[in-house]
Amino acid sequence: MPEDKSPKYHDRRSFIKNGLNTTAALALGGIAGFTITRSTKGDMVWQIDPDKCIQCEKCAINCVLYPSAVKCVHAYAMCGYCKLCGGYHQPGTKRLDTAAESQLCPTNAIKRTFVENPYFEYTIDEKLCIGCAKCVKGCGSFGNGSLFLQVRHDICVNCNECNIALNCPADAWVRVPADNPYLFRGEVRESPTATSESGDV
Amino acid sequence: MKKNILFILLIFIFITESYPQIQRFPKPDFESGYTQPGPVKTYPRSVSWEYVDVAVLLIALFLSSYFALKKRSRKYIFSLMIFSLIYFGFFRKGCVCAIGSIQNISLAFFDKTYVVPLVVIAFFTLPLIFALFFGRTFCAGVCPLGAIQDLVILKPQKQSNRLNHVLGLIPYLYLGLAVLFAATGAEFLICRYDPFIGFFRFGFNQNMFIFSTAVLLLGVFIARPYCRFLCPYGVLLKWASVLSKRHVTITPDECIQCHLCADSCPFDAINTPTPERYPGEPDKGKRQLILLLLLLPLMIVTGGWAFSKLSVPLSRNHYIVKVAEQIRLEDTGQTTITTEFSEAFRGTGMPTAELYNRAALVQSRFKTGSWILGAFLAVVIMSKLINLTLWRRRLDYEPDKGACLSCGRCFKYCPKEHERLLELKGVSLLE
Repeated sequence: MPEDKSPKYHDRRSFIKNGLNTTAALALGGIAGFTITRSTKGDMVWQIDPDKCIQCEKCAINCVLYPSAVKCVHAYAMCGYCKLCGGYHQPGTKRLDTAAESQLCPTNAIKRTFVENPYFEYTIDEKLCIGCAKCVKGCGSFGNGSLFLQVRHDICVNCNECNIALNCPADAWVRVPADNPYLFRGEVRESPTATSESGDV
Repeated sequence: MKKNILFILLIFIFITESYPQIQRFPKPDFESGYTQPGPVKTYPRSVSWEYVDVAVLLIALFLSSYFALKKRSRKYIFSLMIFSLIYFGFFRKGCVCAIGSIQNISLAFFDKTYVVPLVVIAFFTLPLIFALFFGRTFCAGVCPLGAIQDLVILKPQKQSNRLNHVLGLIPYLYLGLAVLFAATGAEFLICRYDPFIGFFRFGFNQNMFIFSTAVLLLGVFIARPYCRFLCPYGVLLKWASVLSKRHVTITPDECIQCHLCADSCPFDAINTPTPERYPGEPDKGKRQLILLLLLLPLMIVTGGWAFSKLSVPLSRNHYIVKVAEQIRLEDTGQTTITTEFSEAFRGTGMPTAELYNRAALVQSRFKTGSWILGAFLAVVIMSKLINLTLWRRRLDYEPDKGACLSCGRCFKYCPKEHERLLELKGVSLLE
C-alpha cells in the first residue's frame, strides 16, 4: 500500500519544504533589510578615544600584532616645546639631555631636536614605538597632553573583535568610520557614527 | 633652571589630577622661521577592497556550488578551497568572516548606535542564500576555517552515532551564547575563541596557540571538529541546507544500493537505507513522540528558568557590570584593593548611581536573553529527540542534508559516477 500513497506523500512533503524554504529566504531578507537600515557603505575601524584613555600600557601587550598597531602620535599644535619634557624625560632626571638613562621611552622612539632657545621639537619614530603610553602619561601629567595614543590604520588588521578593546579598563575603544578614522586631540570631532565598544547602555 | 622648578612644582600640583584639559605651557612664538609639522594620518586600505572581497565571495560561492552539483569534481572543489584558504585566510587575515558576522548582525539589531558595514551584511547573508538553494557549498570550498581543517584530515575515525548527536548540540549552545553576548554588547565570543585566526596572522598568545594546535591535531582523527561540533554559523547553514532546493547527491543518477559509499564520508553525513519493517510490527516511536510533545512545554519553561539563574554570572562579561560590581565592593568596604577598571571609572567623574542604573539595565537584558537562550536550547534538544523517534523510510544511500558539507569526497565511490565519467570520455559500456 505505501507505493500507492507515495506520490501524494511526496507532494505534501515537498510542498511543506518549499514553503519553509521561502519562509527562510524571506526571514533572511528581513534580517538583511533591517540591518541595511543601520548600515554604512564603508568599513568601520577601531580607534582610541584619547580623552578616555588612562595609559594603562595594555595596548602594548594585547594587540594581535607585535609591535602593537597602537602608536603614540603628537599634536604639535598643542605642544609647549619645553626643554624639560614630561613625555621625554625620566621623572627626576637631573640632566636634560638625550642620554638613554634620561629618557622615559623604553625603545628610544622619541627624537628630540633643537629648534631655537629654549624650544625643542619632539618627534615620534613610529617604527620604534610600541604603544606603551609611558610618554603619554608623562605628557598628560606634567605637560599639555599633546602626546596621545591612536591606532595606526596602515598597520591595524581590523579584527572584528579587537583584543585590546576587550581588555581596555577604561572602555576607551570605539568604532569609527574608515574614511575618518582618527580621534586627534585638539581637533574638532565630527564623527556622530562613532560607537562605544560596550554599546548604548 | 626656572622651568625645572616649575616642573617640580607641577608634579606636586597635578600628580593627583587625571588628564589636563588646559594648556599648561603656552605655544611658543618661534622666531627662527620654524614651521610646525601637521598631524600625520595613515588610512586603512580603501573601501573598494571591501567590494572586491564581496565579489570574490560571490564568485567562490557560485563556483563551489557549480563544482559540487553540476561538475561533480572533488578536485575542483579542493582547488577552490585552497584558493579560499589563501585569499580569505592568509591574505585577508580572516576578518570579517561569515561566522563572526552573526555577532555584528545581532548587535545591529539590539544596539541603535552600532553601525554595521554593508560588507558584513553581505558576508552574513550570501552563504545562507546559497545554502537555501544548493546546500552547504560554503563549507566545502569557501570557508577558510573549514579549509584549514580539511587539509589535516589524514586518519578520520568513525564516531558512534550517539556521540555525534550529543556533540552536535554544542554549536547551538555556542550560537545562543554568542548572540546573547553580542546582543547585550558584552563581547564577540566567536571572535575571541576563533581557533585559526592565529594561523592566518602568524601570531598567537600562548593559550590560544595550545587551543588552536589541539583543534588541528584533533582534526587529523576527527574530521573538521570545529565545523561539526562548534561552528555557530554551521547551525544556520544546517537549517538552510535542510530546506535547500537542490543538494549534492552521491550518485549522478540513481542509487543501486551497492553500499560502496557507506564509509566514504569522514563527517558521518551519509544516511543509509532503513531496514525493512514488517506490517504489524509494534511502533514504539509513536508513544515516545506523544510523550516528548507533552514534555516540550515543560522543558521550555525549565530550560528558560535554569538559564535565567545563570544570567548574573554571564552578565559579568559586560564591561559596565564588571565595573559596577568592583565599585560596589569598594564602596561597601568589602575590598580595599582598587583595580584599573574602578580607577578608570572614578576618573570619568560619572556618578556611581548612574553606573548602577546602567549595570541594572544590562543585567535585566541578560536576564531576558538567558530566558530565551534556555528556552531555545530546550527546543533544540527536544526537537533532536523528536527527530530521533520519527521513522522515515529511506531506500537509498543519500547525504544527510543538514550535516553534508558538499565536499564531494563520496563521488568517486559510486560506480554510477565512474560510468558517467567514462561516458563523458566517450566510452560506451555496452560495447
